[in-house]
Amino acid sequence: MDFLSLHHLKKYFADQKAVDDISFNIKSGSIFGLLGPNGAGKTTLIRMITGIFYPDHGHIDFNGQPFNPMIDSTKIGYMPEERGLYKKMKIGEQALYLAQLKGMSKSDAMASIKKWFVKFEMESWWNKKVEDLSKGMSQKLQFVITVLHNPQLIILDEPFSGLDPVNANLIKEEIFTLAKNGATIIFSTHRMEQVEEICDHIVLVNKGKKILDGTVHQVKQDFKENIYKLGANVIAEQLMTGLFEVVKYEPNQLLLKLPEYTTTNEVLNYFINHNVQIKSFNEVLPSLNDIFIKIVEDTTATRKFESIQ
Amino acid sequence: MHKIALIIKREYFIRVKKKSFLLTTIGVPLFIIGFYAIIIAISMDSFGGGDDKNKIAVIDEAQLFIGKIESSNPNIVYSIIKNETESNYIKKYKKAGFDAFLFIPNDSITKTKSKYNLHSNTSMNLPLMSSIEETINEAIKKKTLIANGINPEAFQKMIHPVELENTVDTETGQKKSFADIAYGVSFACGILIYMMMLIYGTQVMRGVTEEKTNRIAEVMVSSVKPFQMMMGKIIGIGAVGLTQFAVWIFLMFLMQMAIPLVFPDMMHQINNASTANSENISMASNIMQGLSSLHLGKILFSFLFYFLGGYLTYASIFAAIGSVVSEDQQEAQQLVFPVMMPIILGFVIMTKAVNEPNSSLAVFGSIFPLTSPIVMMGRIAYDIPNWQIAVSMLCLVCSFLFFTWIAGKIYRTGILLYGKKPSWKEMIKWAVKKS
Repeated sequence: MDFLSLHHLKKYFADQKAVDDISFNIKSGSIFGLLGPNGAGKTTLIRMITGIFYPDHGHIDFNGQPFNPMIDSTKIGYMPEERGLYKKMKIGEQALYLAQLKGMSKSDAMASIKKWFVKFEMESWWNKKVEDLSKGMSQKLQFVITVLHNPQLIILDEPFSGLDPVNANLIKEEIFTLAKNGATIIFSTHRMEQVEEICDHIVLVNKGKKILDGTVHQVKQDFKENIYKLGANVIAEQLMTGLFEVVKYEPNQLLLKLPEYTTTNEVLNYFINHNVQIKSFNEVLPSLNDIFIKIVEDTTATRKFESIQ
Repeated sequence: MHKIALIIKREYFIRVKKKSFLLTTIGVPLFIIGFYAIIIAISMDSFGGGDDKNKIAVIDEAQLFIGKIESSNPNIVYSIIKNETESNYIKKYKKAGFDAFLFIPNDSITKTKSKYNLHSNTSMNLPLMSSIEETINEAIKKKTLIANGINPEAFQKMIHPVELENTVDTETGQKKSFADIAYGVSFACGILIYMMMLIYGTQVMRGVTEEKTNRIAEVMVSSVKPFQMMMGKIIGIGAVGLTQFAVWIFLMFLMQMAIPLVFPDMMHQINNASTANSENISMASNIMQGLSSLHLGKILFSFLFYFLGGYLTYASIFAAIGSVVSEDQQEAQQLVFPVMMPIILGFVIMTKAVNEPNSSLAVFGSIFPLTSPIVMMGRIAYDIPNWQIAVSMLCLVCSFLFFTWIAGKIYRTGILLYGKKPSWKEMIKWAVKKS
């Protein structure tokens, strides 16, 4: 079932089309990657999903119902890319305040804060102020505050920036647990290796438009270039054939690009007939990073300011 | 509604719990009162003490005084010295136990203007000097009158001073007008409103800028509407202002009760002085009468109303400015300047209005909503037509609604916008844009 459906969302600002007709669906309980270069319109899109902005055009369905920011905002947890907390306020009071603003009762909020503070070993922080925390610590606090009220939709914008590998892992595990428990997670980042590791489904936006939509597996299949890696000792004369193209040649390893009419079996047969000892043979799928760079470069990454009537 | 209450609570308590709030709310009036108490105590001591008598020797060549000098000041004792010359006695008066020595030359009555010399071993203080001057002048006057064949007592009756009292006639009857007391109360109220609007208005602005630069704004607007955020802040800080008022008024009452306890001497002396001097008594009763003639209830109500109305109007403008600027304080200064203009203008009109409460400028200033909180407080202690108060209050309420609505729109856009400061033109565009 789709937890969130965006239908033809548009948001124009005075001098640019920040979001220009974007639609996609997010499945309940999935981890969804919202990707795009800087200034692609991700933040504007997220602000519409969180109810901060009203779309100029189009509508959002939230859990099967038309999105109503007044009610549904309490079911959303949003961690913006630019972290924000009251620097001079005590951490415990701040967490309580922000949880109550999300509609929790005081006692529920206290229970939830206690649970999360114990889990992240933050109990001793209660009377400290945010300005006393290191960057990584305040990052952890921001994550806890985002999920305190058990939101059904969690939006995380670059959640791992500034975290050491141990804490990054801690939060990654929490993200998986939250998704397993039914929360839908939107994950926005530039770090493609994290996306490959975490996300089920991705959408890539650029210049306010959606340019890619699919599961990580599907996207990789779509962008594969029929490149195979062969582990074997091959001498140069054996490669004089029209069957394939050599992309990269190393003493123990070859990268081959197969034309569409060639099957893998034909290639294997060719080498076997030439008496080559094959140690390994496998397909090389492009990394999301490569795909990202390829598509974004095609659409000229930086957007220009344009006037809109 | 629940969320706005949460925001108000936070904004209120975070400020009230600060040490600086305690310091300004309790410390400043205590400091001022303590300062006055010290001044009063010191001055009481110098006037009241009986041990500090100044003995003055007088050589009266002109025969101004016949044998003995009546002293108008209890701290001065005169003794007439006979059969001595000025140059001779200068060396002697100290040994004879006098603090000072006054020589009145022979020609003092015939001259129109004369300067006498008061010799002393330490410099004499001014009140003492003027009291001696007065004694001599009085004697010269008496002597001259007699010389011209006028009875001094008859003359005193002729120049009996007249006191003017203003009575205001209203439908309900006559009552005394106390212009000077109305003046004092008006001026104090006007200045207080002016200061409160500036202090708390800029606090709102700084609070909003802080939220924006801390980036907490984005976290907040994902759970509450920007308008709730803005109103929560404005109301919370306004409540801090009201708390400060309440504490001040409470402290004033406390002081009034405490002063007689702390300085029993002072009250005693005031009482003594007033029985001795009937003028003092009439002045004190005049002030009491004057204060009771002012409708204190009406003034207090208007003060609260105009403080709230003025504060809410300006605070929303200040919030809008706070939402569009970043850390750069200079940017804020540029935007604040045009907002300060009507406040300062109001203050200037107020200083005129306390003198001429019914001039057309004062009437205009007290109805125009951007200056009315200050100017109307400068007029309210005088008896001004009720319709003007009604129109002024209505205008203020309308302007508060209008400015809050406009400011809310600017705030909503500004609070999430980073980078360059928007121009006035852009801000106006946000303000008129429909949501």
